[in-house]
Parts: sequence; C-alpha cells; structure tokens
Amino acid sequence: MDVLYSTFSFLYQSGDAFAFLVLSACGLAVIFGMMGVINLAHGEFILCGAYVSTSATHMGLPLPLAIALGAGVAGLIGMLLERLIVRHLYLRPLDTIVATWGISMIATQGTLIVLGSTMQGTGTPFGSFMVGNYSYSVYRIVLMGMALATLAALWLVFTRTRFGVLARATIQVPHIAQALGVNTGLIYSLTFGLGAALAGLAGGLYAPTMTLVPTMGSAFIVEAFVTVVIGGADIFLGTAPAAAILGVVKAALTSWQGQLAGQIGMLLAVIIVIRILPRGISGWILKERA
Amino acid sequence: MALLSRITSILTLLEGPQTLGRGRRFWAGFALVVAAASAYPLFADGYDVGNNVYFFNWIFMALGLCLIWGYGGSLSFGQTAFFGIAGYAYGVLTINLGDAYGLTLLALVAAVLISAVCAAILGYFLFFGRISGVFLGIVTLSVTLVMERFISQTAGPEWHIGTARLNGFNGMGAMPSLTIPWPGGPIVLFPDVALYYATLVLLILVYLGLRVLVNSRFGNVIVAIRENPQRAEMLGYDVRKYQLGTFIIGSSLAGLSGVLYTSWGNYITPASMGMTAASLPIVWVAVGGRSDLTTTLFGTLLVLIGFQALTIYGSQYALVVMGALLVLTVLVAPRGIVASAVSLASKRWTRKKAQSGEVS
Repeated sequence: MDVLYSTFSFLYQSGDAFAFLVLSACGLAVIFGMMGVINLAHGEFILCGAYVSTSATHMGLPLPLAIALGAGVAGLIGMLLERLIVRHLYLRPLDTIVATWGISMIATQGTLIVLGSTMQGTGTPFGSFMVGNYSYSVYRIVLMGMALATLAALWLVFTRTRFGVLARATIQVPHIAQALGVNTGLIYSLTFGLGAALAGLAGGLYAPTMTLVPTMGSAFIVEAFVTVVIGGADIFLGTAPAAAILGVVKAALTSWQGQLAGQIGMLLAVIIVIRILPRGISGWILKERA
Repeated sequence: MALLSRITSILTLLEGPQTLGRGRRFWAGFALVVAAASAYPLFADGYDVGNNVYFFNWIFMALGLCLIWGYGGSLSFGQTAFFGIAGYAYGVLTINLGDAYGLTLLALVAAVLISAVCAAILGYFLFFGRISGVFLGIVTLSVTLVMERFISQTAGPEWHIGTARLNGFNGMGAMPSLTIPWPGGPIVLFPDVALYYATLVLLILVYLGLRVLVNSRFGNVIVAIRENPQRAEMLGYDVRKYQLGTFIIGSSLAGLSGVLYTSWGNYITPASMGMTAASLPIVWVAVGGRSDLTTTLFGTLLVLIGFQALTIYGSQYALVVMGALLVLTVLVAPRGIVASAVSLASKRWTRKKAQSGEVS
C-alpha cells in the first residue's frame, strides 16, 4: 500500500506542477506564438487577474464568476495596451519586449502605491482529502482539471472558430492574410487580449492559494518563461508537453531537495535543452514530421 | 620603433565608424569633461563626492550592456546576475583573506574573473545553441531571478563560505573596502576623494578601451553580426564565438560594477539581482542610446541622477517614472533620447554652417 500512496503523492505533485506551468505559460505562449514577442508584463496581467478576482470575492461574488471577471478585466487591459503601445512596435520585436518591461515596472509600482503592500486573501476553498497519511487539497485537483480544460478550450478556439482560422492564417503569412481581407490589426489585438486574459485566469485561479502582493507576478514568470523556451512557438505541440516534462522534473527535485532545488533544476534543464533543441520541443516535433 | 607604431595604430582606433565623436573638437570636449570631473572634488563636500562614485560604479555595467545589446545586438536582461556573482565573490574573498598586502585588489580581479567564467559557461549554452534575441533575454532574466531566490534563502548559519556568512535576504556586509598597499601605510578607498579618483581613472580607461575595441576588427565584426548574422557567417566569421566574446566582456564589466559597488558600500543584497535591479540597466542604456558608448555613458549618468532625485523627493514614484521613461523612449526615440538629441543638434549645426557658407 505504501508504494501506492507514494505513487499517488508523486502523481499529485507532478500534476500540480503541470497545472501551474500550463496555466502560467499559456498566455505567454499565445502571444509569443502569434507575434514572436515575449510579453514581459505577463506577471502583471496575472497580478491584475488575482487582485480583481479577490476583490470581487470579497464583495460577495461566487468564486467562478470572480475568476472569470479577473480574466476579463486583464484581457480588456491587454487589448487597450496593445492599441496604445504594442501596436506601434510590431516591426521591432526586441523593442516590444523592452516596452512591455516598462509597462511591468509601472504596473508593479503603481499597484504598490495605490493598493498598498498586500491584499487580504480569501483562503483556499473546498477543503482537503486524505490518501494514506497525507492530506491533499481538493482545490489543487480542480486546478489540474482547469489546466486541461484551458488547453482543450484553446484547441477548440484555434481549430473550430473563425477567429482561430484567421489567427492561424495571420501567424503563417501575415501580409497574404491581409491581402485576402483579414483585418490583421484586429486579430493581433484580440490575440494579445486573449494572452492577457489567460494570464488573468491564471492569477484568478491561483489567488486563493497565494499571498497577494504587488510583486506576486514574478513568482510565475520564471516558470512561464522556462516552459515557453522549452516548448517553442506552438502551444499544443510545445507548451503542453514541455509543461508535462518540466512538471515531473520539478516534482521529483522538489520532493527530493525542496522547492528551490526544483526551480534551479528546471532552469539548468532549460539551459541544457536549448543547447540541444534550440527551437524547442515544437520545433523538434515539426521537423520530425516534415 | 615597432612598439611605438603599434601604440599609434591602437590610438587611431579611438575614433572610427562605430563611435560618435571625432576630430579636435570632440577630444577638446573630452579633455574639458575630464578636467571638470577631476576638479569636482575640490568644490564639493565629501558626501557628494562619495555619492558620485556611486553613480560611476553603475556605468561599467551600463557600458557592458551597451556593448552586448547596442553593438552586438543580443538583448541580455540578466547582467545583474554577474553583478551579484562578482559582488558576492568579492565579499567572500575579502572577508576570508583580509585587506592586507593588496589582497583586496587581488579579490577584485578574482571576482571579475569568476563572473567572466560564469558568463562564459552560460554564454556557451546560449550562443552555441544559437538562441535568438527574444529567448536570450528571458533566459538571462530567469538566471538572475533564480540567483536572487537562491541567495535570499541562505539566511541560516549553515550557509557560509569560510568565515563569510551569506546572510540570505539580509544581505552580506562588513567586507573590507578596496585597499592599495602603499609605503607609509595602506590607502583605504573609502567612498571619498581617493576612491573618486581611482574610480574615475578606471572609468576613463574602460571607456577609451571600449572605444578602441568597437573600432577594431572585432568591433566591426560584432556590428556586422548585429546588422545581419547570416551575411557575417557567409563572410566566414564564426558568429557564435564573436557573440560569446562580446557577452563575456560585457558581463565582466557588470562584474566590475558589482565589485566596486560592494566595496563602496561594504554591503550587497540579493535584491541587487532582482526584477527591479535587472530592469534599471535596460532603462539607462535604452534612454541614453544603446548604439553608442558616449551616449550610453551620459544617458546612464543622467538617469541615475534623475532617479536618485526622484527617490529623495517622491520616493515611491521613481520606478513608475522609470517605466514610463522606458516606454516613451521606445515609442518616441527608439535610438535613445540622448542619441537623438545629439543627432538633432549636429544636424542643426551643419545646416547653420551650410547656410552661412562655411561648408564648401
């Protein structure tokens, strides 16, 4: 029985790490896959989602609605920033990163000034269950489900909707898509908004489990960066498998040496992987196919 | 004679296509600035002089980033990692070795070398994996953030190297300042006039050295790589080696900043490798004008002075202003505010001269 219990424990931890990586990275990956740009304000969209959903919960909104609200607000702010700033920089991808970093500085410090150094959390819902001698949080299982649901929803959006088809056309050959009458400006705007909304969703989902401080975004971004770097430009062929592999690596190292070892191990894994697979897992899979 | 001609051929590289400023007028201005900087301690009080050394300390890192980003075209967000590595290395070495016999100077060299070795290892994986601009930025940023987290959790007594405790998020202190052995008593470089001149001399040497470097064959190649890596490769240059070399030199300068800063305040914290710290060099270099050493130098100095003034008068808004400055620079003057101002002024100048008929 002991073996079974520890297997469950390991699976639970891997699944937890997987969910965290998928949820924190998919917004980043959507924007990167679309525009080849890394949104360094990603952590602040997560922050925005977390703060909005927590405030909404405090005001009495049920949790799922509050999380949806957080994602929605983050998405709208994302679209607004795309209109105001990012739009002017499409021809200079490196400058886009620098500009989003500027936005990130303003957002972190602005939140600190306006809302103070911390916000009261709501506590993790749903309680826990026992397997063997250890208790596990039910909410973490919900998060794993949400990670899979998010991936499924993104897949449906990109393959089954008109927006998805237009977006993929714009990714492949932007000027041809434009010549065929696609409003690529709108597509870019919507995609940036979608990426921001996904970040907000991650923030809303993890808000009940974390301390809410203005710098909380930086707790997500290293993991998110690492997943996107290993995954490459494709969400389904890259981000998801990268998150699965890294989740197992992180869970193994964390249960062996503690949380920090998990992070350092992940970073070292990335540095070695990019030496072998510079275009990430998706680049490798796609090359194999071609 | 051979040596003499060698030296003159190096000196001619002080001006060239990769650097702004040439001719008698520029060097007269340079001499004027150096003279003013040398005379400054005569007119200012000790606190201001020490504070100026603080500004000088950061410029090395900015010049290094200017070389990597502006000239080499590789965007490194994690220069603070090397700043921190060298700073902590200096602390550990000097606390263990003491400050007699010029050992602090040895520690300075060793700490900079350690940061260079770390840069070489990281750079090997990045450049030989042919990591492109975007990924390079976020991997280097991840490295510095993880370094910060690692050092932050070393508060316990079990984290020590020799007699030096790492002290976690409290930061490491009480390392000796840089000390020059001297007959008749060693000169301890406290943040005062002596350290001011030492740092100023180092700064001038690094600035002139970098000017020679970027105008040399090496500099022309890295600019060629920035402009078009494939073309440079077709011309027979091993792009990876040049990028790695640039990265190591730039990161060593970040390390030098780290050592000088640690010695200046006898203190270093993990926050010097955090998100905020990592973003500031990007602001300095971007605002100044990353594609030129001189504009980077003045831009960095201006932004640093402005940042400190803001921190004194309206502390919490300083970072918001820095962020806004970064966004504005990228949108309005992508070549840098100082660089744009210089080119605008020189355009005016030539037009005026053309109108008054001085230019044939």
